[in-house]
Amino acid sequence: MTATEYPDPDQAVAGIADGATVAIGGFGSAGQPVELIDALRRSGPRELTVVSNNAGNGDFGLAALLAAGRVRKVICSFPRQSDSYVFDELYRSGRIELEVVPQGNLAERLRAAGAGIGAFFCPTGVGTALAEGKEQRTIDGRDYLLEYPIRADVALIKAHRADRMGNLVYRKTARNFGPVMATAARITVAQVGQILEAGAIDPEAVVTPGIFVDRLVTV
Amino acid sequence: MGLSKDELAAAVARDIPAGAYVNLGIGQPTTVADNLHPESGVVLHTENGMLGMGRAAVGEEIDPDLINAGKIAVTEPPGAAYFHHADSFAMMRGGHLDVCVLGAFQVSARGDLANWHTGEPGAIPAVGGAMDLAIGAKQVFVMMSLFTRDGRPKLVPECGYPLTGRRCVNRVYTECAVFEIEADGVRVRETYGISLTELRDRLEVDLS
Repeated sequence: MTATEYPDPDQAVAGIADGATVAIGGFGSAGQPVELIDALRRSGPRELTVVSNNAGNGDFGLAALLAAGRVRKVICSFPRQSDSYVFDELYRSGRIELEVVPQGNLAERLRAAGAGIGAFFCPTGVGTALAEGKEQRTIDGRDYLLEYPIRADVALIKAHRADRMGNLVYRKTARNFGPVMATAARITVAQVGQILEAGAIDPEAVVTPGIFVDRLVTV
Repeated sequence: MGLSKDELAAAVARDIPAGAYVNLGIGQPTTVADNLHPESGVVLHTENGMLGMGRAAVGEEIDPDLINAGKIAVTEPPGAAYFHHADSFAMMRGGHLDVCVLGAFQVSARGDLANWHTGEPGAIPAVGGAMDLAIGAKQVFVMMSLFTRDGRPKLVPECGYPLTGRRCVNRVYTECAVFEIEADGVRVRETYGISLTELRDRLEVDLS
C-alpha cells in the first residue's frame, strides 16, 4: 500500500510489538532517526532486537532506547566507540546480547531480505572466529560462507525529503543503511525534513522508491 | 633510525597508482591522504557511502551528514558520489576497489591479517568493515609499526590474535622495512636504517 503521512513520530511508530526486530538506520549519528527512536522508547515495547550499524552514541537516540532497558539483543558491526558507554555497561553486566556482523554482511543480509533471497555465499570472514557454525563452500576455487537474510518487522530510517508517493532522497553520507533497511522490513517508517507534492522530486533522482516506504512523518 | 610516521605515510602514498580507487582505514592509514597529490587522480572511498571523499572539514564546512568511516567530518570535492551501504560493500567485495590500506595488530608470513579484536576477556568485539576490506580490495597494504611497545615483532609466523582475514595482505609498510607477502614467502623490498641481517635476527619469519 502507498505511504501514509502521520502527524507526529509517536503516531508513526504506534503498534510495534514486544519482541519485534527493529532495523534502525544511521552510521554513528549521521542518518540516525533520533525522533522516531525517541517515540519508540516512549511507546514502550520491550524485548526488542535492534539491527543497526552501531550500538548508540552518548545518551540520545539509540543509546537512550538501550538505557531504558527496551532492547534484548543488538545485531551490529561496530558497537564499541568512544561514546558507546551505555551499551558497554549493559554488555559487560550481561544485560544485553550482541551479534557482531561484518558491516558489508549486515548491509547484504538486509538487502537479501528485501530482495527475497533465501541465503547467499559470501567470502567475508572465512577463516575467522565469525565463521564458526557457518556452512563453508568452495566455488570456483574461492571459499565462501553461507549467510542468511536479516528480516525486520519495522525499519526506522531518516531521509532528507519525501514526496507524497513515499519516494525518498537522502543527504550525503546520512544515506548509509536507509535504502537497504527500507526494503528489509514489513513496515518502514521514514522521518524526513519535508514532504513534497508528487512530482517535486525528479523521478531520476529518487533513491528509495515509495513502494518500500509505509509511513512518513516530518520532523 | 627508521622512518617517522609522516615518512611512512609518504612511502605508502608513493606506491598508490595514479587514478586508483583507494580505501584508507581508520587511524594511521588516514594520514596517507595528506601525502597524495591531487594530480595523481586517486579517488578515496569511504565505506559509509562516498567516493571522491575530500579532506577533513574545518569550521563552517563541518556538516554532521558528511562524515568518513572514522566519523570525522569531511568535505565534498567536485566529482564526489554518494551511495548506500550495500553498494559501498559491493565495491569492495566485488573487486572494484584497487587498494586498501589498513592498520594491524599482527600480520603472518602467509599474509593473514589480525586487526579487529584483541580477544582479551571483557573486550567488546567490534569488526566494522575490517573483514570486508581485508578480503575485498584487489591489493591490501598494511601500515604498522614492526614491533610492539615491548619489542615483540608484529610480522609473525602465525597470528596470535583473532584473524580478520586469511592470506589477504599483499604488502606491509613499517618504519624499518617494506615487506612483500608473496606465494613462496616474505620478501624484503627495502629497509630503513636497519640491515637485512639484523631484521632476520629480530623476526622469526624467513625473509628473502
